[in-house]
Amino acid sequence: MTTTLTPDTTIDGVATLPPTEVDQPPAAESEVPEQEREVVFRLSEVEVFYGAARAVTGVDLDIARNEITAFIGPSGCGKTTVIRSLNRMHDLTPGARVMGTITYHGENLYSGKVDPAEVRRRIGMVFQKPNPFPKSIYDNIAYGPRINGTRKRSQLDDIVEHALTRAALWGEVKDKLKSSALGLSGGQAQRLCIARALAVDPDVLLMDEPCSALDPIATARIEDLMHELKDNLTIVIVTHNMQQAARVSDRTAFYTAEPDEEGRRVGKLVEYDVTETIFTKPGDPRTEGYITGRFG
Amino acid sequence: MTATVVPPAPPTPRSPSGSILRPRKATGWRRFKSGLASVLFVLAFVAAAIPLIALVYYVTREGLKVFSWEFLTTELPFSQRSVDGGIGPAVVGTIVITVGATLMAVPLGVLGGIYLNEYAGKSKFGALVRFLSEILTGVPSIVMGLFIYTFWVLRVKEQTGFAGSLALACLMLPVVIRTSEEMLKLVPHELREGSLALGSRKSRTIRTVVLPHAAPGIVSGSLLAVARAAGETAPLLFTIGATQTANWNLFEGTNTALSVQIFGNANSPYIPAQERAFGAAFTLILIVFVATALARIVTVVYTRRVSGKS
Repeated sequence: MTTTLTPDTTIDGVATLPPTEVDQPPAAESEVPEQEREVVFRLSEVEVFYGAARAVTGVDLDIARNEITAFIGPSGCGKTTVIRSLNRMHDLTPGARVMGTITYHGENLYSGKVDPAEVRRRIGMVFQKPNPFPKSIYDNIAYGPRINGTRKRSQLDDIVEHALTRAALWGEVKDKLKSSALGLSGGQAQRLCIARALAVDPDVLLMDEPCSALDPIATARIEDLMHELKDNLTIVIVTHNMQQAARVSDRTAFYTAEPDEEGRRVGKLVEYDVTETIFTKPGDPRTEGYITGRFG
Repeated sequence: MTATVVPPAPPTPRSPSGSILRPRKATGWRRFKSGLASVLFVLAFVAAAIPLIALVYYVTREGLKVFSWEFLTTELPFSQRSVDGGIGPAVVGTIVITVGATLMAVPLGVLGGIYLNEYAGKSKFGALVRFLSEILTGVPSIVMGLFIYTFWVLRVKEQTGFAGSLALACLMLPVVIRTSEEMLKLVPHELREGSLALGSRKSRTIRTVVLPHAAPGIVSGSLLAVARAAGETAPLLFTIGATQTANWNLFEGTNTALSVQIFGNANSPYIPAQERAFGAAFTLILIVFVATALARIVTVVYTRRVSGKS
């Protein structure tokens, strides 16, 4: 990473933070009273292994409702591994294990009584590469609701229109709902994937580098969209783009990868704070080194 | 600013003729090698195409001498010397026996492929099934015939079309399992994740996302297995018996098939029988061709419907 954060971008980032946080006196920013933030996810001492290899360790953080939380850090630092542990996507990877505790609204996410399918219905995910199904636009959006038992055509029509509208795609596709989703451009396909995730009315949206394959215009549209969605959703985003983290997020977690005792690189959480603090007066020299472009 | 003098870049190399677009050196040898390679490729293609074209041409030419609607529908003559009669019962037999085998082997094989790719993973049982189906692929077809003869025909004490179907199904099964597994492997992982991330269960993801994506490949692979089975003679020799009249009943009574008729008639010293063998061979090629074309059309239509292209 050689990008440096210019003062302008920082100011932009600040300007988009919600008033409650901007109003805080600077010294107290890192200590927003807990009662104001409804905790959705609480991670304590989370470690993820792939087989015998430890991918990430020592993750302790709370993710609050109706906030956008960004995970940043260099490649291999474990940010994608952590976000995928939040909706149990690791269940699908043979050999992957999640240690420590992750609670979701106070319930242990990895308890044996939890149904992973229900977890993933409530906690939606948008992937790095847009992955529309090889079906029509309509059937892509209706896929989730159909799984969950919605059969009536009129109801499905409403859900499809509503989801596409929320994802700011309705205007562009309303006349070609029956045509293949594979004909959409990259940015449209990614908004389709967001709409598809929204169609099951999730509580949380996890976004794993959702804009890394998109041009700046498509990226800007998705960032605007995230701001609109925040009122009803909790969003966690992994991004390689620090300006993006500064622009969209309320809180930022910085991860890095460091060699362990045996010399293997293991990801770890370095610092988690209000985005403005992370970008203006980071508490850890490693964070500062990363955001000023001296490292990573 | 440093004052290092950068030496000027050497001029673009030019050929003696002064052009930069023509070859710089005299390249007669290279041109010769390139030309030789092209000629060899064309020759290799022609060599590969000759037997194929010759086979289709010869069988068609000979087959058309006797081929007619009557030939397809009339019963077998009682004497090989007879110029009358057709191959009706054999057409019926090939169709019912192959369809029976397909109905048994394809669903089972596709389910087996799904098990291997989606559920077995690296388990020991999965590895065992994979290994056995590989071995089964190499078992000679006459062994399959013998196997069904001893394990089925000798037990039920009756040769039927169904016994032939069983033998052909044994032959097709490993091929269908392996192609299904290979085709399912090609389905992008992101599609599975996309479906599961919406709260879909694994079985549903397989049914609604994975299988439709793999369907064209599975159909092609199964078709190869069906086409091969339709032309097999050895597994039918001991299992279906013989009949002179058409038998649409797969489960009762002996039957016959085009491949068996070709085998019997081509061995005959009588010209009319040899002509019937060519007619039957041509009919078999025609049936396989029509079945393949139909299945391809069905797959294209189905894929279009699933992927929403119009």
